[in-house]
Amino acid sequence: MTTPTFTEGDVSTRAIALGADPKARSRGPKNWRPLLLLIPAFVIVSLFFLAPLGDVFVRSVTDPQPGLQNYEWLFGTPANLNVVLRTFGTAILVTVVCLLLAYPYAYLMTIVTDRTRNLMQLFIMMPLWTSILVRTLAWMVLLQDTGPINGILAAWFGIGPVPLIRTTFGVALGMSQVLLPFMVLPLYSSMAKIDKRLLPAASNLGAKPVTAFFTVYLPLSKPGIFSGGVTVFILGLGFYIIPALLGSSKEIMISALIQQQISVFLMWGQGTALGIFLLVCTILILVVVSRLNKNGSLFPGVDR
Amino acid sequence: MTSKRLLGVFAVLIVLWLIVPTLVIIPMSFNEAPSFNFPPKGFSTRWYENFFTDPNWLESLFVSLQVAVLTMLVATTVGVLASLGLSKVKFRGKGLLEGYFLLPLIVPGIVLAVGLYSLFLRLDLLGTLPGFVLAHTIVSMPLVITNVMASLQGLDPRLEQASASLGGGRVRTFFSITLPLIAPGVTAGALFAFVTSFDEVILSLFIQSPNLQTLPVKIFNSVTQTNDPTVAAVAVITMFTSVIVMLVAQFATRKRKRPVA
Repeated sequence: MTTPTFTEGDVSTRAIALGADPKARSRGPKNWRPLLLLIPAFVIVSLFFLAPLGDVFVRSVTDPQPGLQNYEWLFGTPANLNVVLRTFGTAILVTVVCLLLAYPYAYLMTIVTDRTRNLMQLFIMMPLWTSILVRTLAWMVLLQDTGPINGILAAWFGIGPVPLIRTTFGVALGMSQVLLPFMVLPLYSSMAKIDKRLLPAASNLGAKPVTAFFTVYLPLSKPGIFSGGVTVFILGLGFYIIPALLGSSKEIMISALIQQQISVFLMWGQGTALGIFLLVCTILILVVVSRLNKNGSLFPGVDR
Repeated sequence: MTSKRLLGVFAVLIVLWLIVPTLVIIPMSFNEAPSFNFPPKGFSTRWYENFFTDPNWLESLFVSLQVAVLTMLVATTVGVLASLGLSKVKFRGKGLLEGYFLLPLIVPGIVLAVGLYSLFLRLDLLGTLPGFVLAHTIVSMPLVITNVMASLQGLDPRLEQASASLGGGRVRTFFSITLPLIAPGVTAGALFAFVTSFDEVILSLFIQSPNLQTLPVKIFNSVTQTNDPTVAAVAVITMFTSVIVMLVAQFATRKRKRPVA
């Protein structure tokens, strides 16, 4: 199917199509009417998104009694700070791993033929179509002590079962695999905009490839690094399924702690305070980054 | 040249790392031994038979399909309406309103899950069909809206105006002009909504009840509580369902030509 288009030069036909007085069309009392179409979505999002989040906030300052005791508990308990640090540490680790893996991949996408690029994009998108649960299940089998990876290590190198599952390594491996596409796609879209003549130009002027990369290419790819990094980082902060299945109970992250407080200990106030903390961290990161990166959108993950 | 080849090798390794680990589930689901192991010993379809004869597994598959279809219908209808509304008006703060609809994409799933759990507890919606559909609609609708908005941007407003000038009413114009033109975006959005619902775990874990569980919830519970290899067969089934649906979605969007202007 083709979508009819017009070019900038088509102004005259546009003017005819819009009628004698285009302004009369866009102003007028009818203008607000399309807003009615927004009502169902607005009601659903307000009732089942904003209201639950409000509920979480209210619970965090009223349960079991009004006050800030849940936040005092959150920041006053060393174990909680450990969980927070571990969560941020894991998210940073995963972001760095994804960046290091995605950068060369995205760069290759900019220098291959259209067909290869489409194929490379398909390979990046495909994992997104398989549920996180199924992929985590696969990692559980591969990483277990009696699994194939440990089997190969034992047969070829004679190394006894290396703990892979129930470690930070296992969690980071699973999370990076899931989050890599969210790094590749924004990186590619910012690299595609970089003028390919700039690198030869830099070398003509006497720059070594490494210098050319760090002074010319890397700064130009910054928007992609920013939006990919932010997306991976904030998605990583909220992960629940993978740490729950590939991590150990000793190394839980914020999401699991929230679940534990509410479902196991029935400590609604403490669980919801942690939830608000996680939410505020996410929003702060987004706001700070979108300020730093003027062109960046507030929703870096949207164009996935 | 050599550096390009090196990059190629690196890219192939990345692709293998992304795709191959998941495929181990397939041979595992045909394992003869009643254990969760790879490589499998022998060949057997017993875990598939188990799945298709166990009323509990079938029940949760049925629940999942029901929830996914209903979520797709609700999210697509409401999302298309919202996209049309957003595309037809211009006012200050429109960006904020658009952002409001997309917010569920960036809020950590666990926070929304806890909020919905708390709310549904009060509204008596835990473990109910409407509860699942509403929860899944919240996370599916943003995908419908982004897809439909992209389609609407490529739509020439003159066509709707032409229809109107020829006497087509608003409803008639929508169904005979606008909808066919944005159909690829709507289809893709609807399929995204279906898969999002079909694969959703965190929200479902919190709003489940013993009587009503979606398939991913049942898989999660089975993995964490038992060592039943039936789950491998179930995983293969869900994997193929989402991959097929997404391939169709990919095909639908591929047809969409990017507007030049």
